[in-house]
Amino acid sequence: MMVQLESRPDPEDQAQTGYRIQVKEVKFSYPGGVQALAGVSLEIQPGELVAVVGQNGAGKTTLARVLNGLLRPEQGEVWIGDWDTRQYDVSRLARRVGYVFQNPDDQLFCRTVGEEVGFGPRNLKFSPQRSAELTRRAIELTELQGKELLNPYDLSPTWRKMVAMASILAMDTPVLIFDEPTTGQDAGSVRRIGGIIASLHQSGKTVIAITHDIDFCAENFERMIVMGAGKILLDGPVSQTLAEKEILSSTYVEQPQLTRLGQRLGFEQVILNSAEFMRAIRKSQPPSSPE
Amino acid sequence: MAIIEMRNLTYHYPLAETPALHGIDLEVQQGEFLAVVGANGSGKSSLCYALSGFVPHFFKGKLEGQLNIAGIDTHQSGLMDFVRRVGLVFQNPFNQISGSKFSVYEEIAFGLENLAVPPTEMRARIDAMLDLTGIRDLADRSPYALSGGQQQRLALASILVMQPQVLILDEPTSQLDPIGSREVFQVIKDLSRQGMTIVMAEHKIEWVAEFADRMLVLSQGEIIGNGKPSEILSLPQLPEHGVGISRYTTVARLAQKEGLWPSDQALPVTLTEAVAGFQEALG
Repeated sequence: MMVQLESRPDPEDQAQTGYRIQVKEVKFSYPGGVQALAGVSLEIQPGELVAVVGQNGAGKTTLARVLNGLLRPEQGEVWIGDWDTRQYDVSRLARRVGYVFQNPDDQLFCRTVGEEVGFGPRNLKFSPQRSAELTRRAIELTELQGKELLNPYDLSPTWRKMVAMASILAMDTPVLIFDEPTTGQDAGSVRRIGGIIASLHQSGKTVIAITHDIDFCAENFERMIVMGAGKILLDGPVSQTLAEKEILSSTYVEQPQLTRLGQRLGFEQVILNSAEFMRAIRKSQPPSSPE
Repeated sequence: MAIIEMRNLTYHYPLAETPALHGIDLEVQQGEFLAVVGANGSGKSSLCYALSGFVPHFFKGKLEGQLNIAGIDTHQSGLMDFVRRVGLVFQNPFNQISGSKFSVYEEIAFGLENLAVPPTEMRARIDAMLDLTGIRDLADRSPYALSGGQQQRLALASILVMQPQVLILDEPTSQLDPIGSREVFQVIKDLSRQGMTIVMAEHKIEWVAEFADRMLVLSQGEIIGNGKPSEILSLPQLPEHGVGISRYTTVARLAQKEGLWPSDQALPVTLTEAVAGFQEALG
């Protein structure tokens, strides 16, 4: 159901509201004729935690970019709540949809980490107090405390990624899109990113991630959309989509390591994380196990 | 004979107080495939830069100790000496692409043009690279109209076409899907079998375990492990140093604490090893 509200100029109200995302029969081709989206429809409710997977060229990044208005559908419509993306420019849409680029260097331009993170809220004309509070929270969540005065380009790529994330989080958008959040990150950083996503989900944000890291998906997301050749091949709870081995492999997605291990050991349940694996292995242990 | 020899190599970036590399001793044999793992900031990229001459000849700073690679003594040489013998594939392909070429084909030609390779030879070498890296159908596209994964393949092709003796790769598959990554790993493995020496910084531990001959673990600029993947990956202290271990190792370690992993078996790195161990434990 579409609620026809006048868009509110006061940003203080917008962050409080969740927005339903509707993608209706969207087609998109790049100049030169590569069709990246070949008729995609989906709905994402406020507060959902969604991973989009699929091989390189499946249309994942293009889908993400029509959601935040960087690209406009050639055919079909994209709605973010009551906003039709065709009628709003990227800077307006940025109030509702935050987009963390795959490569932080595509995104960073300020001289210090603090300025970079504070740029978004100030640019959205939030009050100085609110800007400061959002900046502080974003820096805390990404564990950047103590690095505020450094130049982002003096930080390692891992921490630059955190700066890129913090600068989007500080805009307090109800919808957040992460393009390949774990690419090039080490084990500790991947855990930190998992924590950030969980905390955003808890606070009611809609979180959408595009990723090749299927193990990360299994451990951190609830719904999974599998794309291939510009179409949606599968869409459902992670435990269901990950059971569809053949469809996954048609778009070059391998099942997560623990899912495969569970299947090889004959577990009935689709295993998503190590806690589930340990429960399953304890259950299948014969009661009179030898020392 | 070793094609790479480092003796007590220590490097400070300009103005940095702590060294990015500290007291590194390393030998790599010709044709060896060495994988370098470690947390971000552990010194992997700095090591790659030192091996390809960017440290210190581009980044400046202070380099102490000895480094000899493919007959080049880094203290006695400049970047141009490295270019013909050592190739570096950057972590971020965007930083590597020349920005002056309008097609993938011309981009691959860029390095050869600078070395004044005759056109007929150039065409043959470029054609071979387009096939080897699986980007033939992208030859006429702009380097900037490629996906992240496609750019990474292009970055690899533009370096391989130079036929380096030593190939240095800084996370070359970070933007590729699993099948694409496997293809790239396979290409690199084949090149090492043909005698090219490979040094690759990488986070994808299971793949390193499958493809590399040897693994080097860095932490805070120092070597903390150097050996066969199977030896390195069972080191209990790896997670403390921010090195990811495979989910198979993680669950086997948990199971071991509860007596659910066979006491006489090493912790698994691959699916096959994990299946075998757990099947034995379950009887």
